Amino acid sequence: MTNIWTVATNTFREAVRDRVLYNLVFFALLMMGAAILVGQISIGIEESVIVSLGLTAISVIGIFIAVFIGVGLVSKEMDKRTLYALLAKPVKRWEFVLGKYAGLVTTLAVNTAAMAVGLYAALWTVKHPLVRSDWYLLVAVYLILLKLALIVALAMLFSCFTTPFLAILFTLGIYIAGVFAEELRTMQKMDLNPVAMKLFRGISYVLPNFENFNVMGAVAHGRGVAGKLVWHDSWYAIVYCGMVLGAAAVVFSRRNLK
Amino acid sequence: MESGRGGHRAFCFLGIYSFGCLTSFASFSGVASEERKGTLRVDDRRRLSKNRSMPNPAIEIENLSKEYPYGFLHLKKRRSLENLSMQVQTGEVFGFLGPNGAGKSTTIKLLMRLIFPTSGTARILGRSIEDVSVHQEVGYLPEQPYFYDYLTAAELLDYFARFHGLTATDRRERVQRMLKKVGLETAKKIQLRKYSKGMLQRAGLAQAILHDPQVVVLDEPMSGLDPLGRREVRDIILELKKEGRTVLFSTHILSDAEMLCDRVGVIVGGKLRGVGTPGEMVGIQTQGMEILFEVEGTGKKFALLERATKTGERYRVQLSEAELYGALDELRAAEARILSVAQIKPTLEEFFMNLVDADRAQANAVEVSGQ
Repeated sequence: MTNIWTVATNTFREAVRDRVLYNLVFFALLMMGAAILVGQISIGIEESVIVSLGLTAISVIGIFIAVFIGVGLVSKEMDKRTLYALLAKPVKRWEFVLGKYAGLVTTLAVNTAAMAVGLYAALWTVKHPLVRSDWYLLVAVYLILLKLALIVALAMLFSCFTTPFLAILFTLGIYIAGVFAEELRTMQKMDLNPVAMKLFRGISYVLPNFENFNVMGAVAHGRGVAGKLVWHDSWYAIVYCGMVLGAAAVVFSRRNLK
Repeated sequence: MESGRGGHRAFCFLGIYSFGCLTSFASFSGVASEERKGTLRVDDRRRLSKNRSMPNPAIEIENLSKEYPYGFLHLKKRRSLENLSMQVQTGEVFGFLGPNGAGKSTTIKLLMRLIFPTSGTARILGRSIEDVSVHQEVGYLPEQPYFYDYLTAAELLDYFARFHGLTATDRRERVQRMLKKVGLETAKKIQLRKYSKGMLQRAGLAQAILHDPQVVVLDEPMSGLDPLGRREVRDIILELKKEGRTVLFSTHILSDAEMLCDRVGVIVGGKLRGVGTPGEMVGIQTQGMEILFEVEGTGKKFALLERATKTGERYRVQLSEAELYGALDELRAAEARILSVAQIKPTLEEFFMNLVDADRAQANAVEVSGQ
């Protein structure tokens, strides 16, 4: 556990020193601009626009960081051979994988939390005081973070056995397919042959269902999020991440370094 | 008078040298007699070297092989290490020699579990290399090391020290001590991205010995260093030896190996070609004598002068052992100033080059015969 923590803190330090958190400046500018403009162009639905824009920005920026930095977590260390000295220490390879993962998820959590604060600030400028339903935003942000944690796990798995370019393609491909996992499941209502239907149904269950984590529409319109959904999504993310990281650890434990 | 003093000094030197040789011969006992006859093959040397009473091996390698798949479907295989078996004894400095691509780094990476063997096993301090805990006792410097460039040297060492379970106070003390030892004390707060290659090498060396390991494995520790840096690394290796640690290092700088190593192993084309002391590897037979002398005045002519090669004001002449005393008499008679008398021995480099040439010749022969 100590080794995982040590690798994680160093990964967080790397992200901070490599100016990953600079994206917050972009987000802050976006939110300030939105707060000023929205009041002028969208009468009566300012709150909804700000929330939708803010949550979308948090999600897109997070996905960008999760995919591109997630893929680099292992592959960059192998390419630059920084891993050599580290793996010659009493560190197990799975500890390294989990440490890197925990480091980036922590970075994303800090990043997402900072953006959530920015979103609340923008919301406050168009509507104050904040009401109870505004706190559902935090649930939406939490579910985005779960989604990002899942994407990082996938990015790490792919980067353990293929090139960074292919790992990015695979991760983005799985993400896009995962967003439409629900549609694949409902295809059985269409008139397809039974084999294809079974295949689509099977794929829909294997793919991570990213739409599960999307409560943006409900939150933007001030509707609440069921506690049961949050509970299920949390377990879904934990189990899925566990399986993907387990696979990544197994693959990486057998990998020959260059 | 001057020439007389020079001759006296030369005889003293010769006497000490001969005594050294005699003790060497005595210590080699039976091996030496075979070597004197020039009949001892490298394999024999390896066998004899193995049989000598030695302490427990710190590193044991048994039939280690490594194949790399290549080609589009990875169906073809290239063997980069073939049935390597050797031992590094506790407390010795062992040099692993070989040209680029010979398999030195492959062997070291296998020992460090950075790559996995196709077959064979290895143990460090009696424990299988698959046991990660053995790394508590092992220090490793990778070839051309590259570290997290966003860290300073002090941060890097502190980071690595954490994996050895050291307390914060202990870490601070060791980091300072190591930075001082490798000469990076003044650069400890500079990020590694601003370090030169030599400075990175020093940082790498510091992290390798930070936790007082019993076994230190250094992959090309002298590469990228200036003469001063190389000397400092040599001193550190000798210090490690004095502390009773085992050092295995790979190099293609043969003079370093000759200077530092108790034993060397030569690997060419993925195969171990010989293990022994540098003296054993090259044989201790002298190939003749060399006299370096100066002659005052320009008009003097004598037979030895005709045979000598002039470099600046100095003359160098090579002759057989039987001719030595006659030549010294001749030089004394001509009032020449004798600067040195030395034995001519084959160097490790010559031995090494012979092996490499033989390997290439064999490879060509196989290619021609279509095997």
